[in-house]
This record gives sequence, structure tokens and C-alpha cells, in this order.
Amino acid sequence: MRVRFWGTRGSLPVSLTSRDLRDRLARALVAANGRDLDTVEKAQAFAEQHLEFSLTHTFGGHSSCVEIEPATTHEEYFVCDMGSGARPFGAHVLARQGGRPATVNIFMSHMHWDHIMGFPFFGPAYVRGTRIRIYGCHEALEQAFRRQQEPPSFPVPFKVLGASIEFVRMTPGETREVSGVKVTPQLQHHSGDSYGFRFETGGKSVVYTTDSEHKLEQRSETERIVGFFREADLVIFDAMYSLADAVSVKADWGHSSNVVGVELCQMARVRKLALFHHEPANDDRAVERILRETQRLEELTRDAHRLEVVAAYDGLEIDL
Amino acid sequence: MTLTPRHYADTLVLALAGRLDHDSSERFRVELEAFLQGARDGRCIVLDLAGLEYVSSAGLRCFMLAAKQAGAQGGKILIAAMRPLVAEIFQISRFTMLFEVHPTVRAALSATSAQAVAAFDNG
Repeated sequence: MRVRFWGTRGSLPVSLTSRDLRDRLARALVAANGRDLDTVEKAQAFAEQHLEFSLTHTFGGHSSCVEIEPATTHEEYFVCDMGSGARPFGAHVLARQGGRPATVNIFMSHMHWDHIMGFPFFGPAYVRGTRIRIYGCHEALEQAFRRQQEPPSFPVPFKVLGASIEFVRMTPGETREVSGVKVTPQLQHHSGDSYGFRFETGGKSVVYTTDSEHKLEQRSETERIVGFFREADLVIFDAMYSLADAVSVKADWGHSSNVVGVELCQMARVRKLALFHHEPANDDRAVERILRETQRLEELTRDAHRLEVVAAYDGLEIDL
Repeated sequence: MTLTPRHYADTLVLALAGRLDHDSSERFRVELEAFLQGARDGRCIVLDLAGLEYVSSAGLRCFMLAAKQAGAQGGKILIAAMRPLVAEIFQISRFTMLFEVHPTVRAALSATSAQAVAAFDNG
């Protein structure tokens, strides 16, 4: 199973500014001073080996969109949420299909704007013969997709899209088999509700849990979440806030923290935790600092089980 | 997880010992609440964390709730004498933004009242 991150930013897409790029370039040139970097290959190797990740990469970027590619089937696409990352994901689908119509299974955590905004720019939706199934637990799932393409918000009405589009209601806690992949949704705390999804296929499991506030003081709630995460190979986790913010000024805002992510994944014996839905106010250095601190927290609190911690970024691929 | 009170003049010091985790946090919250009248009208409670081995998010939340109540009463909660591991968890959680943190109980008392630190020095 392979997981591709097309959009990892929370709430609103962000991008580097010209000033950010200029500052990075200046810092990289200073770091390279005195070195023999007369080819692009040497410069790339130097950047990879000697410069901070947050200087040579960006965490991005687009709002939530994560592709799950099962090892067992390459016939259909599986993707969580249609944030702005759906635009490059759509380009990827079209390029890979080479003119053949695709079947895309979309699993919607909820329909807040940052999770649906990419759909009007999702290329395959305009291609006749493409089959799109949009899965979710919300009653207003279809309405949300149709409404954002109504005037005056967008010039192309939903009804003229070329693809055949079907909306499929799922029931929280009930596992459904979708083209060989077992998918289980679970209710989460978020304004208007959100749903996490557990994907299981070929002996591997991935949990996509974003826009979810975890109140660990409620034992039954903790047990419910731990059961959902249990021994997953990867948990993609909403780590938007610091714990201090999540339990004080941003309590009940519907998001979680890196600290709670580590605790839940340790309890559930998860193998890898991907910090996700990064706070848009955090620049790349801040996200990298949070990653290092989270890895340190895991080290400080580790028992016999080791949890690997990564920070998701647009373009990251994780093979399980 | 144990909670031991000591009084220094007008300031209450609560010494925590053991692990404050998901299993013990609710009992701790209730026990701590019983002392919170000590943090009102300008008076402070110092949480002496020298004996605290570990604190989870649920335990940290108890500190935050206590601080919130103390603030509403016109009082304050101060943190003192954290072990390195607990201090790191505080930093990673950004609880250092929510609390006044002191390296020792004496330093915390010095920041609260002259009578309290005098009582501490007199044993």
C-alpha cells in the first residue's frame, strides 16, 4: 500500500512568498560558502546532506487531499478529501490514465470548505466516462458539492460535469468493502461532525483522521479512538494546534495536537504517525520544529513499542 | 499520584509525586479542586513538581483548568521545580506559555510574597 499526500495544510492553502524564497536562497548560499559546488548534482547532494529540511523543502501547500493506493489493485483510485490538493491529484490521474476513463473513490471527512474546494478543479470530473463515487456519512454531502459550483461561486454548474458522479452514504462503525479495500468510518468531534476512515487491504492498515478534537479526559472516548487506531501501520493525524492552545483558547475548535497524537498512537501500538493538517500560520521552520519536538516526545515517553513520527508534506509518499 | 499540601504564610504549596497520566488525572483534578480556594484575591498556589515523574495531556489539562479557575477568582497558579523530563513535556506542549514556571519552590515563593519566602527560609 502506498500513501501519497497531495494536500497537507489545515484550513486554508498557503504558499511560499517571493521573500521566503529569497531568504532561503540567501541562507543556502551562505551555508555553501567555500564549497566546491560547480554542478547541479553536487549542489543537490550538498542541499540534501547539509541543509535543514525546512530550507530545501516546503511542507506546503494545498489543503487536505490524501491518496491511498492499495497494493492489491491499481484499477481504481482511493482518495480522502477534496481540498485544493485535488487539483494536482487530478492531473496525476489524467496523466496516468493516458486517455482511459478512471474510477475514483473519494472519502469525505466532512464538507468544510478547505476539504471540498479542490473539486471544481479536479480534472477527471470533466472527462466523460470517468466514474466518481463520493463516500461520506453526512446527509448534506451531495448538497455541499453541488452548492459550491452554483453561481455566483463558480462558473461551471455541477450538472454539466462530464463524469458519472454517485454519492454513497456510509454508516459510522460499519465496514464497507470498496473494490477490495475494507473502509470503516468513525465519528469525530468537529463542528458539524467529521469522520475518520480506516482503510485495510493486503494486510496493511491506514487511518485518516483529520479535523478531529480528542478529549482524552473521557476514558470511554479514548478507548473508542484507540480501538479505531489499533495497530495501524499509519495514522494520518490532525496535529494543527499545540496542546496548550487545544485545551485553552482553542478548546472546542475541533482540532487536535501533536502531543495527543503521540499518546493515542502509543496506546494503540501504531507503527507510524504522520502529523497532518498543519496550522496555516506556521511556516516551514515551525512545522519542522514541531516535528522534532514530537519525535523527542515519543522518545521520552516510549516503552517497548517504537512509534515513528513524520510530518506530512505535499508530495510525500509513504510505502507500507 | 499523591498531592501533599504545605503552607508558607499566605501561600499554599502543593507537592505532586508519582505519575499524572490518563488513569490518575481525574482523581487528581478532584483533589486539586478542593485546594483552589487558596488561589483567590491575589493569593497564589505553587505546584511543586519535584516529585512528578510524568505528566500526560490529561494531567496538563488539569493544570490548565485549575489555572483558569484561579484566574477567575483573582488568584494564580505557579509551577516550580520540574524534573527535566516533565520540563520537556511542558515545553513541547507549549504549557510554558500558560504558566509562570520557576526552577525552585523558593524562587516561586519569592515571586508571590515576601512573607511566604521568609516562612520557607525559616523552615
